[in-house]
Amino acid sequence: MSDTIQQRAAELLEEFRLFDSWEDRYSYLMDLGRELPPMDPADKTEENRVQGCQSQVWIKGSVCCTAEGPIVTFDADSDSAIVKGLVAVLHRIYSGQPARAILEFNVADLLQQLQLEEHLSMNRRNGLFSMIQRIKHLAASQAVETGG
Amino acid sequence: MSATTLSGVDRPLTALHSYDVHRVRQDFPILSQTVRGKPLVYLDNANTTQKPRAVIDAMHTFYETCNANIHRATHYLGMQADRAYEQGREKVRCFLNARHFEEIVFVRNATEGINLVAQTYGRVHVREGDEVLITAMEHHANIVPWQMLCEEKGAHLRVIPIDDTGELILEEAERLITPRTRIVGITHMSNALGTINPIEQVIAMAHAQGVPVLVDAAQSAYHFPIDVQALDCDFLVFSGHKLYGPTGIGVLYGKKDLLERMPPYMGGGDMILSVTFEKTVYNDPPFKFEAGTPHIAGVVGLGAAIDYLTSLGMENIASHEADLMEYGTQQLQEVPGLRMIGTARRKASVFSFTLEGLHPNDVGTVLDMEGIAVRTGQHCAHPVIHRFGVSATVRASLGCYNTREELDALVCGLHKARRLLS
Repeated sequence: MSDTIQQRAAELLEEFRLFDSWEDRYSYLMDLGRELPPMDPADKTEENRVQGCQSQVWIKGSVCCTAEGPIVTFDADSDSAIVKGLVAVLHRIYSGQPARAILEFNVADLLQQLQLEEHLSMNRRNGLFSMIQRIKHLAASQAVETGG
Repeated sequence: MSATTLSGVDRPLTALHSYDVHRVRQDFPILSQTVRGKPLVYLDNANTTQKPRAVIDAMHTFYETCNANIHRATHYLGMQADRAYEQGREKVRCFLNARHFEEIVFVRNATEGINLVAQTYGRVHVREGDEVLITAMEHHANIVPWQMLCEEKGAHLRVIPIDDTGELILEEAERLITPRTRIVGITHMSNALGTINPIEQVIAMAHAQGVPVLVDAAQSAYHFPIDVQALDCDFLVFSGHKLYGPTGIGVLYGKKDLLERMPPYMGGGDMILSVTFEKTVYNDPPFKFEAGTPHIAGVVGLGAAIDYLTSLGMENIASHEADLMEYGTQQLQEVPGLRMIGTARRKASVFSFTLEGLHPNDVGTVLDMEGIAVRTGQHCAHPVIHRFGVSATVRASLGCYNTREELDALVCGLHKARRLLS
């Protein structure tokens, strides 16, 4: 693995630091969303849908076991451009990381530093919080199975 | 002299001149604040309205000077609280032009009012194979309680359809009121579309078949005057918090003879005349339906809200908002890709729309960053939103304190959303 969650978070913070206005920050966020690896439409099932009142999020996680322990990867998408940007942030932070690192990382802190924390409290609207829960749940189940 | 406006409400032509919206705004402390460095533009009134100082002060004063429980104290404060509470009821009675104080039941909100009727009147009168009739534009509050009742009783929920403009198809209403119909539940004004329903006609149709009608006035009560005697509705509900009053207090109006014959909703203190372990004798309406200590300060606040609205004049508010409606409709038409959802001929105070290619949630987020509060989503009315083939809308809704300048800010915000999100 090329980098840790902390390194990826530091990178994101560095990138967002370039922007003074919310307009630029959100434009960049949506750019990140556009670069999110596409999700197979066949995976946009009811089971993979995170319930949000206003925008929809789909997430399909998988785990591969490596010599260093279980690694969590996932594909995700949203019908809202802003939420998709937030999904891309989570994807960049979490996907391909060891289950244990995912459980230990404080994502709320990161979102606050990115000045995006309001979206976390708006779970009923955008399902972001539920998505984080799903990722952590997946990571936790692996950590338990491997005796971690 | 009057003119029929977009809202379909007759308004005196001279009224606008006496309505100084900038003075009205000064009565609402919250409106002077800035949000994210921008002046607050509050266009989420269909969700809840802001509170005038008169309401805030009345509740404050109640707690500071005459707080006590009602209907049971022999002391001075108790009597003061009693008086304040029953004065609140009298203000509501006048506001709705109800005949008797017994017809005004305090509940938590419109939702509770509808549930109360479904669980009392409904459970007595609706039997297996019977029908409950609602419309395709109801808020979930006027769908789910009836659905629960129908499920329990093996009855059927029937729905009066609407056309592509968001107007009720009256011929269908006529057809759907059958000998099996036990009650009709209809919104006075759609929260998702702004449509004002011809409830007078629906009530007349239903009454011709001996069917009572419940009117959901949650959206209409703060936009234009309501006269329950003129409407001849059997039940009517509204929420205090949309009427510039506090949250947690609402009103169920019911015709006296109907309320008298209905069983109680909840059991407890204050709704009884006598209790033994063998038998309880229930109190008379409205007390029969007000078990337990009610939201006394809420009633005081609601009374203050009604006084405030009366001092502004509901007709003046209606014409001010009709003017904004006309102006806003014109201005919004200029925004490329904007599709108005709900274009009924009689419509008030709601702009529900989509912007081509943009997710309503994203539009709402951009507007929020500009200090503009709107609601985005399905507005607790999934069926009617789906009826228009969209998954969600942006809804800007008006109150007595909104201005043309705020609608200009909305339009600017929408242009900005298009620039940023496209």
